[in-house]
Amino acid sequence: MSSTVVRSLCLAALFALIGGPVVAAEGAPGAIVPGSKAAGLDHCVEPTPYMRRHHMELILHQRDKTVHQGIRTKKYSLANCIDCHVGHDAGGKAVPVNAEGQFCDSCHDFVGQSLDCFECHATTPTPASAGK
Amino acid sequence: MSSNNESIDRKRRSFLGKAGAAVATTVVAPGVVLHAAAPRSPEQPVTDAVRWGMLIDANKCASGCSDCVQACEEENGLNLVQMPEGADPEEWARQRPRWIRQIQLQDNLTGQVTTLPMMCQHCEEPPCADVCPTGASFRRADGIVMVDRHICIGCRYCMMACPYKARSFIHEEVEEKPTHTPRGKGCVESCNFCVHRLDNGRTTTACQDACRHQAIVFGDLKDKNSPVAKALESVKSRQIRADLQLNTGVRYSGV
Repeated sequence: MSSTVVRSLCLAALFALIGGPVVAAEGAPGAIVPGSKAAGLDHCVEPTPYMRRHHMELILHQRDKTVHQGIRTKKYSLANCIDCHVGHDAGGKAVPVNAEGQFCDSCHDFVGQSLDCFECHATTPTPASAGK
Repeated sequence: MSSNNESIDRKRRSFLGKAGAAVATTVVAPGVVLHAAAPRSPEQPVTDAVRWGMLIDANKCASGCSDCVQACEEENGLNLVQMPEGADPEEWARQRPRWIRQIQLQDNLTGQVTTLPMMCQHCEEPPCADVCPTGASFRRADGIVMVDRHICIGCRYCMMACPYKARSFIHEEVEEKPTHTPRGKGCVESCNFCVHRLDNGRTTTACQDACRHQAIVFGDLKDKNSPVAKALESVKSRQIRADLQLNTGVRYSGV
């Protein structure tokens, strides 16, 4: 099977999984965690289809700009992703974005794609008082 | 290889430095010169119009005080790195990550003891960057020597190359890490002048803020009016291992 076919099958599966609010409303596993800031917004920092395909490129590009050029704008930063997409448990405590069923995990787990960001990066927002 | 290749032509470097300075300075009117060190907006990359640096007065640094070390560890999440289960406590004491070390110097003739904090000296010619096989160790345009942990492979050449023993290796996975200081198993790290603060518009480091003896002055070495530049102009200071000609960004007085 050619890699293009595999890729389109993967994408089709991904779209089926994170079919947006309509699918989520029907009870299928949705990527957007209910109660997260993202759940109350129309779309992410770019239109949803673009984010599905290119979120990794945006984060990769921003990471180099941050580390090497000191550009810490929020729009494409991983910290901003987490801030917006993190869910909370019944007690109001933030649940790691890579925990089972949470935003990052739901697709990455489905396609078996490892999530390396969180070997080093925080998985929940740090309270605003620290490091600002 | 001929021996000529091994010597560095420092005149060339100083020429380039002067040429750069000429670009960064604008003459507004006769006698009025505008220095291009205005605060950077968040979208702009860092430039070499600024060089961050530090002056540490060892005479003011008090023996037994570790305020700067504590502040550094809290600011940069080093206090959250736990000793791995079953590890040898002595080994851990030697190998745990530390960005500032407290050094005591003793004059054997008089017995006089000097205390000083030792951290990454933010060299202009960093040996760590020279030996790094991946380019993970690098010097940012504003003079901060850092590790890009995305491309660090954990070889630790830089730890061996650093004349100041300034770098630490993260041996085990770290449970808890603040958003602004990511940290993971298998990478090297060291003092970065609290770069997250500087990038967010602040102009002090945690160690400087914590020092109640005012032994640490931090700022832009290229801004003649900055406290650090003024202090360096008026106080006799030195680089540690000046013989290596690294042009360190951290200078010491009273040693």
